[in-house]
Amino acid sequence: MHYLAITTPTLQRSLTVLVAILITVISVRLADKIRSRSYTFRWYKVSGRIQLKIVWLVAGTLVAIIVLLGTGLIVGDYPIPASRAIATALWDRNGEYDFIINSLRFPRIVVAILAGMCFASSGLIFQSLINNPLVSPDIIGINTGAAVLAVAILAAGGNIGYLPWAAFLGALLTAGLIYLLSWKRGVSATRLVLVGIGVNSLLGAVITFITVKYPIERVIAAARWQAGTLFGASWGDVRTLLIGLFVLLPSAFFLTNRLRILQLGDETAITVGSRIERDRLALLAVASLLAALAVSVVGPLGFVALIVPQAARLLAGSITGGVLIFTALLGGFFLLGADLIAQRLFAPVMLPAGVITATFGGPYFLYLLARYNRAN
Amino acid sequence: MVTIVLMFGAITIAPILAGVLSKRREKETGPFITNHVLGLTVSLGLVIGIILVSLRYGSLHTSWETAWNAIFDYDSTDQGQIVVRELRWPRTVLGLAAGSCLAVAGALTQGITRNPLGAPGILGVNAGAAFAIVTAIYVADIVTPEGYVWFAFFGAAGASILVYLIAQFGSGGATPVKLALAGVVITALLGGWTTSLLILDLETLDEARFWLAGSIASRGTDEIIVLFPVIILGLIIGLALGRQINILSLGEDIALSLGQRIGLVRMGTGLIIILLCGSAVAIAGPVAFVGLAIPHMVRSLVGPDYRWILIYCLFLGPCLLLGADVIGRLIVRPDELQVGIVTAAVGAPFLIYLVRFTKLSDV
Repeated sequence: MHYLAITTPTLQRSLTVLVAILITVISVRLADKIRSRSYTFRWYKVSGRIQLKIVWLVAGTLVAIIVLLGTGLIVGDYPIPASRAIATALWDRNGEYDFIINSLRFPRIVVAILAGMCFASSGLIFQSLINNPLVSPDIIGINTGAAVLAVAILAAGGNIGYLPWAAFLGALLTAGLIYLLSWKRGVSATRLVLVGIGVNSLLGAVITFITVKYPIERVIAAARWQAGTLFGASWGDVRTLLIGLFVLLPSAFFLTNRLRILQLGDETAITVGSRIERDRLALLAVASLLAALAVSVVGPLGFVALIVPQAARLLAGSITGGVLIFTALLGGFFLLGADLIAQRLFAPVMLPAGVITATFGGPYFLYLLARYNRAN
Repeated sequence: MVTIVLMFGAITIAPILAGVLSKRREKETGPFITNHVLGLTVSLGLVIGIILVSLRYGSLHTSWETAWNAIFDYDSTDQGQIVVRELRWPRTVLGLAAGSCLAVAGALTQGITRNPLGAPGILGVNAGAAFAIVTAIYVADIVTPEGYVWFAFFGAAGASILVYLIAQFGSGGATPVKLALAGVVITALLGGWTTSLLILDLETLDEARFWLAGSIASRGTDEIIVLFPVIILGLIIGLALGRQINILSLGEDIALSLGQRIGLVRMGTGLIIILLCGSAVAIAGPVAFVGLAIPHMVRSLVGPDYRWILIYCLFLGPCLLLGADVIGRLIVRPDELQVGIVTAAVGAPFLIYLVRFTKLSDV
């Protein structure tokens, strides 16, 4: 009995992880089986093409997100029966679980989904625009820019209330700086990335400097923030993210057509009548704003913006409006899953979600890559 | 004070000068340096100059004479000479070794991955070393420089071998894209683990943060000497690989039709990179930027021929690393800035300058 009591939770945990991996593998196999048929439609002046495969992928991801959402409401240090949890979340404001569900778990889950959407769509735009699979907002310095100001506040013992604003401002200033520094009769993709890397390592040096110089108690707070965590997410964060996404995601959706033209190369894009610098600026602005928004709420969570778009493109093909939506949802699913694992895997010790995104996202991505290689 | 101003002046003027010169050359075809006898003499002169500066300047004021005597006519009663001989001389040698390893390895990495972002870090070297060291501190309380050397070396080597094995899967072997992606994934994986140890345990963070900043001060010199044969061998073979990488950079198809055994070249180059990077990380910790920036700078000076790129990297890598180290010693005297911080602070504006004002040729 005693022995079992110690081992069972661990066994449960590893079983859950195994089941999750199995489900992922099966769903990826299923995605392969879908025939890629597409339908065109025209409705007054609006016309488009809908790929059946992407509709299925989007639907599947939505279902997966809802399942995870339900799971997230139920499990925790304080387990709540499923029926009660769902009732409390949806309509019952006076139940005994109201505080746990509606003030702790539900906002955190929603923030995870929305922030994941921001990161993933931002990463997709950057990667497609620059045409380099290694590019993401964290590599060209946008996350680091956010981190510099935030870490400075934490290390100097400033007002923590300013943290989100500092992060947002830092990210935007960095993005602007990179754009200005790489402007020279237009912005070329290579120049943008190299300037970004330069700026990134410069800002990284500032962070290292702060890390080495300040007392350890404050440095560890800064290190925790840098790892990225969803701890303490509130409905206020949800509102911020929702407002931002409501503006930015549609803009990104309509800009994907321009992005596809830009991908043909500068000469071709100019020939077909595209104003490449304007389009590029618009895309960069939208992508940077998306990243800045997410970083200001959950911190510089690495890896989501890098890996999720890669995975999405391996599953669904190169960027279109549909793929953008799929990528965003996949990002939400990924971050939510990572956060749940981060909370439960070594409970009661809670890891920051940023640690889990890398640990679990990495192998999954390698699996996708191996599969893709075999197919070609 | 005057020296600091002068050094900063030199560091800010040099890039502008280089920029102006190469801007003028941009109109003509061909690289900036065509006379390699002159070019290599100047580079060698730079290295010797930076060695002398590194011996002369530090938080303790010493004269040229003291520095000279400390090396050639050692008097163990003179305090200045002791500082030069026991502290500055070892770190100068370490800086030379680490700088040339990083720069040559960086050029080789860019050559085989054919990605302008290619740097030793991309193969997971820094992440592997950091992972091994942080784990060693957390699990076994290893806090001596001697212990760090071996954990860093084998951590770095282990991580990059893992990256290679993963990239090797599937058809076509370790192609550039697969290599880069596998490197990113392994870096993130190990980084996730390292981060969680650091933020869960205050003492580990306190101990590791100084190593993680990257420094060549008071390292375990006796242990590192053991690595020197490896470094020298690696550098010699690395330089000899220039011709093969030239062929590889023509593209896989052409390289194949010229009779190159692509897989073998990639594998051999990878091995050399692992040796060089492992040694560099064991010496100096994760010093960013030297491996990325120096090959780019050299390429904009000498053109796309890897035979020359590698040789110039060998000379100019140590210049950046040692120069940064000297600045780190002087700038916050009597305290010190870690060399990793200074390389980034000095190298980054330089790279941005190059990217803006010169024509960076493709890798």
